Amino acid sequence: MKILTETNTKKLDHTILAETERWIESVVKKSLQRVPERKKRFKTLSDIPIKALYNPNDIPNWDYLKDMGFPGEYPFLRGAQPTSYRARLWTMRMFAGMGTAKETNERFKYLIKNGQTGLSTAFHLPTLYGYESGSPMSAGEIGKEGVAIDTLADMEALYDGIDLGKISTSMTINAPASILLAMYIAVGEKQGVPMDKLTGTTQNDILKEYQAQKSYIYPPEPSMRLIVDTIEFCTKHVPKWNTISISGYHIREAGSTAVQELAFTLGNGLAYVEAGIARGLDVDDFAPRLSFFFNAHNNFFEEIAKYRAARRIWARHMKEVYHAKDPRSWRLRFHTQTAGVALTAQEPYNNIIRVTMQALAAVLGGTQSLHTNSFDEALALPSEEAVKIALRTQQVIAHETGVADTIDPLGGSYFVEWLTDKMEEETEAYFAKIKEFGKGSMLEGAYVGIRNNFYQREIANASYQYQKEIESKEQIQVCVNAFKVEDVSNKKPDLLKITEEVGVQQVESLAEVKRTRDATKAQACLDMIREKAQTKENLMPYILDAVKAYCSIGEIVDVFRDVFGVYREESIF
Amino acid sequence: MTTEIQSKNTQIQKYVDLLKNPEKGPKKKRALARLITFIENGGPEAAKEIIPQLYPLTGKAHIIGITGAPGSGKSTLTSEISNHYLEQGLTVSVIAVDPTSPFTGGAILGDRIRMKKNFTNPNFFIRSMANRGQLGGLAMATKDVIHIIDAYGSDIIIVETVGVGQSEIDIFKSAHTTLVITPPGLGDEIQAIKAGLMEITDIFVVNKMDRDGADKRVAELETMLDFGENIQIENDYSQAKVVRCDGWRPPVIKTNGLTGENVPILLENIHRHFIFLEETGFKKKRLQFRYKHYIIEILKYFLVKNVEEIVFSNEKINEFIEKLLAYEQGSDPYTISEAILEVFLNRYFS
Amino acid sequence: MDRKIRLIVAKPGLDGHDRGAKVISRGLRDAGFEVIYTGLHQTPEDIVQSVIQEDPDALLLSILSGAHPVLLPEIMKQLKANEIDDILVLGGGIIPEEDFPALKEVGVEAVFGPGTKIQEIADFIRANLKR
Repeated sequence: MKILTETNTKKLDHTILAETERWIESVVKKSLQRVPERKKRFKTLSDIPIKALYNPNDIPNWDYLKDMGFPGEYPFLRGAQPTSYRARLWTMRMFAGMGTAKETNERFKYLIKNGQTGLSTAFHLPTLYGYESGSPMSAGEIGKEGVAIDTLADMEALYDGIDLGKISTSMTINAPASILLAMYIAVGEKQGVPMDKLTGTTQNDILKEYQAQKSYIYPPEPSMRLIVDTIEFCTKHVPKWNTISISGYHIREAGSTAVQELAFTLGNGLAYVEAGIARGLDVDDFAPRLSFFFNAHNNFFEEIAKYRAARRIWARHMKEVYHAKDPRSWRLRFHTQTAGVALTAQEPYNNIIRVTMQALAAVLGGTQSLHTNSFDEALALPSEEAVKIALRTQQVIAHETGVADTIDPLGGSYFVEWLTDKMEEETEAYFAKIKEFGKGSMLEGAYVGIRNNFYQREIANASYQYQKEIESKEQIQVCVNAFKVEDVSNKKPDLLKITEEVGVQQVESLAEVKRTRDATKAQACLDMIREKAQTKENLMPYILDAVKAYCSIGEIVDVFRDVFGVYREESIF
Repeated sequence: MTTEIQSKNTQIQKYVDLLKNPEKGPKKKRALARLITFIENGGPEAAKEIIPQLYPLTGKAHIIGITGAPGSGKSTLTSEISNHYLEQGLTVSVIAVDPTSPFTGGAILGDRIRMKKNFTNPNFFIRSMANRGQLGGLAMATKDVIHIIDAYGSDIIIVETVGVGQSEIDIFKSAHTTLVITPPGLGDEIQAIKAGLMEITDIFVVNKMDRDGADKRVAELETMLDFGENIQIENDYSQAKVVRCDGWRPPVIKTNGLTGENVPILLENIHRHFIFLEETGFKKKRLQFRYKHYIIEILKYFLVKNVEEIVFSNEKINEFIEKLLAYEQGSDPYTISEAILEVFLNRYFS
Repeated sequence: MDRKIRLIVAKPGLDGHDRGAKVISRGLRDAGFEVIYTGLHQTPEDIVQSVIQEDPDALLLSILSGAHPVLLPEIMKQLKANEIDDILVLGGGIIPEEDFPALKEVGVEAVFGPGTKIQEIADFIRANLKR
């Protein structure tokens, strides 16, 4: 464990100090007179100033065993698993979903054929917000940003011919997560896979929705109740399920810095831990199933330091503050996706190179699974060809470069260790602030921070700052604000197009499901949910009954909207 | 240039006619919005073309002023108050004033977000306005806009601002009932109330009542009111004398704008205040006062304009200027100005 | 002094990606515009109502979900139905170039994609006002 207050009693190496001074005075200054540095100030994307050179004095009092330790052991700085990629490579998990369930099913099969090792499902916006495809709110959105799912019938088509007992599935779903999880369980059951054999992840992380991504439905407290319901249910019945994927990805995409991504995500993680404990669960019963999801952005070393710091911070808090006993509760595992916002619409093929560098940072940071963006995503949903290149990028990194052959290869770099410490320090400062909001509670602090627009304001400020740096060319984006040419010969990629026909089909098939289901039974299930939502009982069993009776997500969410109310965000600038 | 003015006046006429039409609908709403734009951009010159035609239709709305610091939850509360009136079948309009950035002259106006529940309701109208600095004649423009909305047929007009600076406080001279919102926990705000808002407040609202310190804030305000009751206001010209009417002690009401808790109590008090104004004759007193101010502002504008025009282009003024250059007793700029003013006043009032 | 230009920045549809809309709103405020931000999840009706009431000089619509072929023409249709033809309508977000002509056809004057400088948008608005 790195104790940050030790900096007061730094034991500096005075020989190195003197030698550094000599080097600067007699060598560097002379050189700078001839060729000055190319920037006035070097910094990371989080505005952390970067020096020209780092040496042992930048990580004083460094204690290898205490600060770094071994992979798979406290404080997990070097890795979550003892053998890391030497035993098993990261899971190559490409996020996919578009059009109807049948179309996405075909994309899944294509990816599996090309060597993908896990599934990741993107749902269309109406599903994320709990609207039926036929709702006026769904106009123009059906199948556009993900697959259109209304009822269990769609989920059956989505995973048709894919053995849920063999593959793990991640589902990017938040406010209606418990409903989609219930549907997944029901599909498994139909395939003959009992729920305790299912593996996968629901994102189920509502806090970051209020803070960044904005696909919330209900107010924070009832949303949290639904989340804790899934945690409680899975702990008993679906033990291999990752109940929440606590996500920094969207916080970053909304414009935060790397430090904010790290601090807000881990802070949210601790809030969920407190919520679980408040329900009466033992921390070690559910904390091992919490997983994380980070962004991989452009500043290479800052990203690597972020992943490393995340593991150490989480381990320390879980052990020291929340008194978890099981080392699996201390161990932070995470999925990574390369930064969507870093993709450019200008000369889109350059995105292949950006994604490669970002993916490499994630691997060097020890990610458990990885999604690489397709180069055409600043223009449209990814085409099959573009997705294949993105998957190949991972395969090249894994099998050709040798970077996966030793664990945490950058550990011990003066610069990387210093930067890891620095990010940890800044994260702790954010934690202190959130805790202050919550009078000692991270959960209450998160609620207060959301309602006071604290997170939203921090993120909005950071993203505006970034935009100003782009416009002033302090940050260079190749072919956006530098090296631009009007090149008409630059081949335009073939883009994937989702037609409005998909919407018509989906609305029809939903009507067909409603026609053929047992209407009385469906209504009884909805009534039961309404009744139980007003009690403190765990809602999962009732949701499971409702999805099996082919109630739509929209119908179930409408009941919750009635009982819990809807959340409205205040504007912030 | 003249054709431009002509075409503008034709447009104004078109929208004025639409607004006079008793039938409501999106067209009338658009006419209202267009006329407000003309006032915002054209000031008294545009208002001169519009207000005289609409004035006979005004005088019916209950005008409520709402002010509070950023973060006091005033927009959310405004939205809740609007809901209640809309549910009673009344027509409600909101003028939401936000500050203009002194550095760039731009503004972000975000109040519509909190009104989302209502803004497609045909009986609801909300207009966002930037205060365009303190020199922009905001108070005057707001008075004009209130009159247009009144003529449009709005039963309730709510004017909402952060209440910073004299110009914004002046807005409330237009209101029948002024609410000052002060949530618990903003420490120095009591000072701000003492400084300027105290004398224009008809009802104090301690919003965000679920927060710590709400009761303490109520007690603070009550104490302040106890103290304030004994203050004799000497200056007859002061707003305070007219607003701080005998027999009305501003009630202090706790609310929660987010949940709507206690909003009905607040509405009752607004109604009670309105009845009070009517019954005691204070309403008339206030109206007289309000129109004096309105007239003063209009006079200032046109006098300045006329005076400038005359001083720079009228030959007769040169006789006075000549005298100045003699540097004699009685030919100084003050005496000369007084003489000119005499001529003006004789022309208008004798 | 030039007259103030009023803009509405709106996000039609369900997508919650408001980073761009917010950055643009701030940037345009700093360029001296009055920006009315109407928040997330706006239906075409919501947006047209805002336009009627606020009477802006320009309407900026940001969409990243791919719903633009449905939502933008619907907004334009409703504006037309209300006889509003003197405001400048612009699109932004993730809108493929091949869709530009169809949008232009219904009256969306220009589309600004990722990587656009705020200054470019400001200049475009000032140069293309319809009143």
